[in-house]
Amino acid sequence: MTITAEITAKDVCYQYTNSSALALNNINLTIKPGEFVAIIGPNGSGKSTLAKLFNGIFLPTKGDIFVNGLNTKDKDKIWEIRQKAGMVFQNPDNQIVATIVEEDVAFGPENLGIPPKEIRQRIDEALRTVELTEFANKAPHLLSGGQKQRVAIAGILAMKPDCIILDEPTAMLDPVGRKEVISTVNKLNKQEGKTVVLITHFMQEAVCADRVLVMEKGRIVMEGKPREIFSQVEELKKHGLDVPQVTELAYLLSKENVPLPRDILTVDEMVDCLCQLL
Amino acid sequence: MREITIGQYIPGNSLVHRLDPRTKILVTLAYMILLFALNNFYGYIFPVVFLILATILSRISVRYLLKGLKPLIFIITLTFVLNSFMIKGRVIYELGPLDITYEGLVQGAFMAIRLILLITGTSLLTLTTSPISLTDGIERLLSPFKKVGVPAHELAMMMTIALRFIPTLLEETDKIMKAQMARGADFESGNLINRAKNLVPLLVPLFISAFRRADDLAMAMEARCYRGGENRTRLKELKMTFIDMATFAVFTLFAIGGIASRFL
Amino acid sequence: MSIVVKNLTHIYMPNTPFESVAIKDINWTINDGEFWGLIGHTGSGKSTLIQHLNGLLKPTSGEIIIDGKNIHSKEVSLKTIRQKVGLVFQYPEHQLFEETVEQDVAFGPRNMGLPDEEISKRVKEALELVGLPYEQIKDKSPFELSGGQMRRVAIAGVLAMKPQILVLDEPTAGLDPRGRDEILQEIVDLKEKQNLTVILVSHSMEDIAKIVDKLAVMYKGEMVSQGNPREIFKDYQGLVEKGLGIPQVTELMIKLKGKGKNVSTDILTVEEARAEILKTLRRKGLA
Repeated sequence: MTITAEITAKDVCYQYTNSSALALNNINLTIKPGEFVAIIGPNGSGKSTLAKLFNGIFLPTKGDIFVNGLNTKDKDKIWEIRQKAGMVFQNPDNQIVATIVEEDVAFGPENLGIPPKEIRQRIDEALRTVELTEFANKAPHLLSGGQKQRVAIAGILAMKPDCIILDEPTAMLDPVGRKEVISTVNKLNKQEGKTVVLITHFMQEAVCADRVLVMEKGRIVMEGKPREIFSQVEELKKHGLDVPQVTELAYLLSKENVPLPRDILTVDEMVDCLCQLL
Repeated sequence: MREITIGQYIPGNSLVHRLDPRTKILVTLAYMILLFALNNFYGYIFPVVFLILATILSRISVRYLLKGLKPLIFIITLTFVLNSFMIKGRVIYELGPLDITYEGLVQGAFMAIRLILLITGTSLLTLTTSPISLTDGIERLLSPFKKVGVPAHELAMMMTIALRFIPTLLEETDKIMKAQMARGADFESGNLINRAKNLVPLLVPLFISAFRRADDLAMAMEARCYRGGENRTRLKELKMTFIDMATFAVFTLFAIGGIASRFL
Repeated sequence: MSIVVKNLTHIYMPNTPFESVAIKDINWTINDGEFWGLIGHTGSGKSTLIQHLNGLLKPTSGEIIIDGKNIHSKEVSLKTIRQKVGLVFQYPEHQLFEETVEQDVAFGPRNMGLPDEEISKRVKEALELVGLPYEQIKDKSPFELSGGQMRRVAIAGVLAMKPQILVLDEPTAGLDPRGRDEILQEIVDLKEKQNLTVILVSHSMEDIAKIVDKLAVMYKGEMVSQGNPREIFKDYQGLVEKGLGIPQVTELMIKLKGKGKNVSTDILTVEEARAEILKTLRRKGLA
């Protein structure tokens, strides 16, 4: 049987025990193998909660989540699910366990009971992918934020997952760190063929995704290709989100009847379009 | 605070660095016992020579090794002074109501040397052994006692995490302290009770942050399939080699020498 | 009130193997009522620099002069300096510790030894300045608030000391776009209402461009340029090499100019870019 869905959410609701409101309200979605899905939304929209349901850290209060066809409610399969769908968290400091980079990357495979020789291979491979080979023997607290997040990504890669879920991996980083992490994430999807779910509130980071989901108040309110989503500037602003400056500029100019496409995402695209006009 | 060398690992590839951590831990323990078994100055020759030998082989600079003594100079001096005054015997100097005795001086010097050897010896262990292999060693050494309920793996994991988060929490302490000082907090003056009270604005945020980190870390560990020590493999397997055996043999010779000196 | 930074150098752990020069020979004058942006890559020395402004760090050499007096001279009390120069750290909500919002905001004024009446007056004012409803929020625990509210309470805690100079280290870090815009707007309003001098540390060139009057750039411990943001953002290449960027719209205009288009590059905001492009199009009779 070929698996047609990496992750499926079916009528999923989630409610925190100390809250009366639903954090997630009837979510239905399917993420295909090899797909890169970005989930954006303001704080409190439920996007992080959803991510935590994807690998069984939280269980839905209603509905079901399937990872690779396995229900996250199935207690016997939970470790398999977590190995298949690895998770990178927001705070780079709070997810690194060991005092040496390579020991930390080894943590996952060690938990899976992989033989030492193979762990070694997996570490080397994972560190190469995130371009941190020369940092293998460094102490994590001496690394920059962007580097720490890449160590965390390597730690997940070493478990050989099919899918990587990143829960606001750039929220606490500076612009340089953000770029490092996003280019690594793109590489995971394009070169390593991993399914990627990226949670973020920076629109620019969703540009390379195959599909963007916009969440607000526990619901998916917009869905589509990045260009389709970003061209709806007013709709996005209504949901408390932001678009790249050039996208907003293109939107404002086209309102003045300047013949510009509305789905401009980068400075260079804008330069090309304007050059033909000016 | 940052000057304390105890527990600070200096990476290297010397003979001593490459020893199995279990060897180093066991030899250090035996070395400590030996120090307490000695009863005269001649006996010190054996641990001293052993320590010098180990230091040379470790290629750790003597200056660095001795730096470990710095924060403990006070305790060493106190030991020496107290002994000098407390022991009854031939008085060689009177200082008001206190007498310094010959026996006291001898005993004080004896104790001070023991302390110095104890500290430099254990520093050598931590200077040449990374925290992680130290924990590994302790875990392996304790694992035979698992059957009687010693949580060897859990203890080792706790130590690893503590070591990992010490720098992070030190940084955080510094930051919160400064943030409160910017709001006029005073951590440096006042009597003992006031000072303790003034620590509240530092300790409360620090604890809250530590708990939040602990929560996050637990979640991250579970997400990486951590479920205790059962069926876990390790990246680095510990193996005793010829040089470990040789180390035990050499130390045994020194220990016999030391014990023999008791009967001089 | 003005701050003059003169030949300031700070070396961490001097005379040890861990010695490192954090900032080197900084000269900087902040005049009354100015709104400064301070930018620089991580580790460029921004944090070290701002911690000197209220005497949290002591210079290795050089001096900080506030109102004509060196703040580390005997006649100056650091406590007064810290009241005059309010410093809001990054993620300031991490410093909250009291049982109620009111008590937490009162911590600063209480340390100043003010009478109770004055303290409650200031707490109320400060909370209102950051847009929080005093009556509804004062008895709540700061830890049951939302992230954005906690940050506001922490900022109020500094404002309640009535500083004349307010230094904010990345006040929008970790917030979503709406939260970010709200906080930035509040800072702008605050500056106007309270007639404050403000120094804003930020990684977002877009935010900086929108609100500051003057800009200082740090690179590897040195202050490499200071002055008008419009002038500084003209050096696109130079800033990129320093691990920084410029606002997207400024980059756009510079690139258009590079392609031989007759446009002004003196553009900092989307609104300015819109006007400039429309003007150029009209000149050509195209729109």
